[in-house]
Amino acid sequence: MKADIQELEKTASQIRRDIVRMVHGCQSGHPGGSLGCTEYFTALYFSAMNHDPKFNMDGIGEDLFFLSNGHISPVFYSTLAHAGYYDKAELATFRKLNSRLQGHPTTHEHLPGIRIASGSLGQGLSVAIGAALAKKLNGDKSLVFTLHGDGELQEGQIWEAAMFAPHNKVDNLISTIDVNGQQIDGPTNLVLSLGDLHAKWVAFGWDVLEMKGNDMADVVKTLELAKSRTGQGKPIMILMHTEMGYGVDFMAGSHKWHGVAPNDEQLKLALAQLEETLGDY
Amino acid sequence: MRSEDGGESKVGKQLYITPQNTQTRSQKTTQATPQNPAPETTNQNHTPQATGLRPQKTEMKKYTYTDKKDTRSGFGAGLLEAGRKNDQVVALCADLIGSLKMNDFIKEFPERFVQVGIAEANMMCIAAGMTIGGKIPFTGTFANFSTGRVYDQIRQSIAYSNKNVKVCASHAGLTLGEDGATHQILEDIGLMKMLPGMTVINTCDYNQTKAATIAIAEYEGPVYLRFGRPVVPIFTDADQKFEIGKAWMVNEGADVSIFATGHLVWQAILAGEILAEQGIDAEIINIHTIKPLDAEAVLKSVAKTGCVVTAEEHNRLGGLGDSIAQVLATHTPAPQEYIAVNDSFGESGTPEQLMTKYGLDAEHIVLAAKKVIERKNKNA
Repeated sequence: MKADIQELEKTASQIRRDIVRMVHGCQSGHPGGSLGCTEYFTALYFSAMNHDPKFNMDGIGEDLFFLSNGHISPVFYSTLAHAGYYDKAELATFRKLNSRLQGHPTTHEHLPGIRIASGSLGQGLSVAIGAALAKKLNGDKSLVFTLHGDGELQEGQIWEAAMFAPHNKVDNLISTIDVNGQQIDGPTNLVLSLGDLHAKWVAFGWDVLEMKGNDMADVVKTLELAKSRTGQGKPIMILMHTEMGYGVDFMAGSHKWHGVAPNDEQLKLALAQLEETLGDY
Repeated sequence: MRSEDGGESKVGKQLYITPQNTQTRSQKTTQATPQNPAPETTNQNHTPQATGLRPQKTEMKKYTYTDKKDTRSGFGAGLLEAGRKNDQVVALCADLIGSLKMNDFIKEFPERFVQVGIAEANMMCIAAGMTIGGKIPFTGTFANFSTGRVYDQIRQSIAYSNKNVKVCASHAGLTLGEDGATHQILEDIGLMKMLPGMTVINTCDYNQTKAATIAIAEYEGPVYLRFGRPVVPIFTDADQKFEIGKAWMVNEGADVSIFATGHLVWQAILAGEILAEQGIDAEIINIHTIKPLDAEAVLKSVAKTGCVVTAEEHNRLGGLGDSIAQVLATHTPAPQEYIAVNDSFGESGTPEQLMTKYGLDAEHIVLAAKKVIERKNKNA
């Protein structure tokens, strides 16, 4: 394994600082899911994926990532900046007028690293399948990754895509669901139960893995395991168990920080818990 | 109007000229003859008398045909040719291969075809994803399932993301026929034209549909291509070059501008012949590209004629008529009559019955033309 877990954890800490500063800076945005998925993004862009920050939309010969639950854009934007897609100073423009860092990711502003708009939920799995099919047609052996929220699975289109991918042996696709059990209106099991997710994806014909999403070593290891299981006729689904708001104690574990920005005092409290490792933007 | 053998035309008594009554397709007789004086000498169109009461007949270009086909077959033929020209062209279908006439493409390029099943939302977003990697996806299903059912998918993943997807929609409008209103979308042009960056095309016959299909494969950007099920005369050239966004002058005239799209263009031609018979010199323009609209052609024509009829198989709200009205209102306001469905759903029936019942035929275009000329003259 090429990854140095400690280095990745340092990067994740900086990304978490960026997330809370970004949502504080514009007093809007979604810190909860962003903080919960920070290990995943860090492991993906600094370990698992073969990608080029010079950015070419078609991404021939490189691994691609699609964020389907676009509202966790802060973690995506910060990760892309630290991975070299653009200057981290641009993070200060998040959600502000004339920014390339729109509330939800978009290609419209030509921000390097973004290949599709997302935000309206349920579309990203289909998009990723399309990109994976194009790779197969192009004889391109690289992979396609995609991330979804668990609440997002309430969208019907997810299950259209879930049915399509195994039937068509889209086995160059590694999807992940952020299973944090929370959505805007409350815990998913109160809003609309997701049931036995593992059994559901197995029943649809996917190769299903589970991982501890806030354990960097486990995320790195599971992504490598997933990569090793591509090309075997089945799409891969990773059920990633996370805590919404992980890394900031007063935000952790509650849907209340799904889409709320911290005030000045809360920001100070949050930053005190997150080591500045790569320099704030 | 005088038919080519000098006898009275049957136009107006029947919707479509039968092939036996025709000679060569696209034979255009624009030159004046002793029997048919030049339009310029007979037209007093900007005077109050020009309301169809003049004894003199005017003349219009002759459009005849030897064959009739459905426009969706033009799409099927165009798709095959686009696929042969460019190996990046791929096709997707949601369980309607036969209806979309995709069989020939699939037979020749099986590996470049994706059957998605009855899952249109998935299809639109898979198509969007396939553009990443350079593919040029053509999606195929009915117009209803190509637009209304998947509006948000097209909006976010195709239009806003500026993906090179060609949304190809058959069975648009009432003429889908017996299946009834659940399938007869009359709002699709409006839905699609409101999306920033979306090109919207509605073709009039087999040849134009084929040419448009080939043309959109060579154009970079999202396109909505609308065609249909009914069998209609083939009156445009087989070797035409389809220019996106460029209106086609069907017949020059001076009394009224008739802007028609889709297979209403043929009805406009039939109407033009009836009007010529009554001394009204109609300018007929085919607006195959509703967006971007050829505003220059619209304004130029209306500057000459001073009044407008628009004809489309669509709700009068949000379609071609409204696009034209907007251009006129902000430049040169002019009286306008709409040939369109009057803000209602459709119903079951044969295509011909529905066209008549909902007023989408030559006779209604004639009435609208006379009415709008009258309005123009009252204002004069």
